[in-house]
Amino acid sequence: MAVDKNMNVLIVDDYNTMLRIIKNLLKQLGFNNVDEATDGSMALEKVKKKSYGLIISDWNMEPMTGLEFLKQVRGSSESYKDTPFIMVTAESKTENVVMAKQAGVNNYIVKPFNAETLKTKISAVIGDF
Amino acid sequence: MTEEEKAHSYEREQVVQIINSVISKVENTGGARLSIFKELKDLQRIIDEARSEIGATRPTDIKGKHIPTATDELDAVVEATAEATGKIMDSCEVIQDKVAGTDAEAAVTEEVMKVYEACSFQDITGQRITKVVSTLKTIEDKVDRLVEVLGDKLPMDTHHDEEGDAEEEDTRVGDERLLNGPQMAEDAISQDEIDKLLASFD
Repeated sequence: MAVDKNMNVLIVDDYNTMLRIIKNLLKQLGFNNVDEATDGSMALEKVKKKSYGLIISDWNMEPMTGLEFLKQVRGSSESYKDTPFIMVTAESKTENVVMAKQAGVNNYIVKPFNAETLKTKISAVIGDF
Repeated sequence: MTEEEKAHSYEREQVVQIINSVISKVENTGGARLSIFKELKDLQRIIDEARSEIGATRPTDIKGKHIPTATDELDAVVEATAEATGKIMDSCEVIQDKVAGTDAEAAVTEEVMKVYEACSFQDITGQRITKVVSTLKTIEDKVDRLVEVLGDKLPMDTHHDEEGDAEEEDTRVGDERLLNGPQMAEDAISQDEIDKLLASFD
């Protein structure tokens, strides 16, 4: 099935620089409907109000971390519990990846990353585009 | 083990030996009061010396000045890199707009994407610096505990106390004394102020 590049994408990071980087890289990949949040709780409010085809989230944020956000999303009985979720983080220990996977993450990108890595991981989650 | 560590190790062993000696004498003899008194005086001397050494490091300065200064400097690094990367990305967006629809668009966009990727250093350095600040905070708490435990028994530098928050004496000489690196915004003067200052000499 062809990927709908008009889908809504939510990016979550407490660093404005990183939000801009991911947003611009997504724009180059053809995704223009991108919303932003600066922590898990703000992101959770957004997914409750709007349907997203993809969530890309940092881990280390306050007050709600990306992992807690992921758990809340996956633990929900709402429609967004199956939303594709990619963790983009500087946390690169094995235990982090395992923990994220157990919480239901679809893919995991370690910072710093490049456009090619982002494209590959998004494809792996939502299909080739 | 360094010479300093050896010295401290020796002092600890010395204290343990003295205490054991005191206990032994109290247990084994009903007399020997003079000897016990001498051992206790030695013990007191060692404790006093240790206090003096700790006091000489001015632990309140570590909490009140050195660590806050270090964290302010690190915060300034994060702020400056965030501002710089913001400007770099602004320029990238302008460049992309200017080449949009031209033959150069694809090639320029590819290079601009590499600039964006490189800008992610700001996020990484920011997180690393946050970790360092957290470590400094831990050190600050430990020093605070030490000062609390020793309390008013801690000998302070009286000259420094009289001066209150006075700056630590700068022992550097010549040009070296003028080299202090980038200043925090509140301590620095602007280019306009520098120009005015220079003009005032004319």
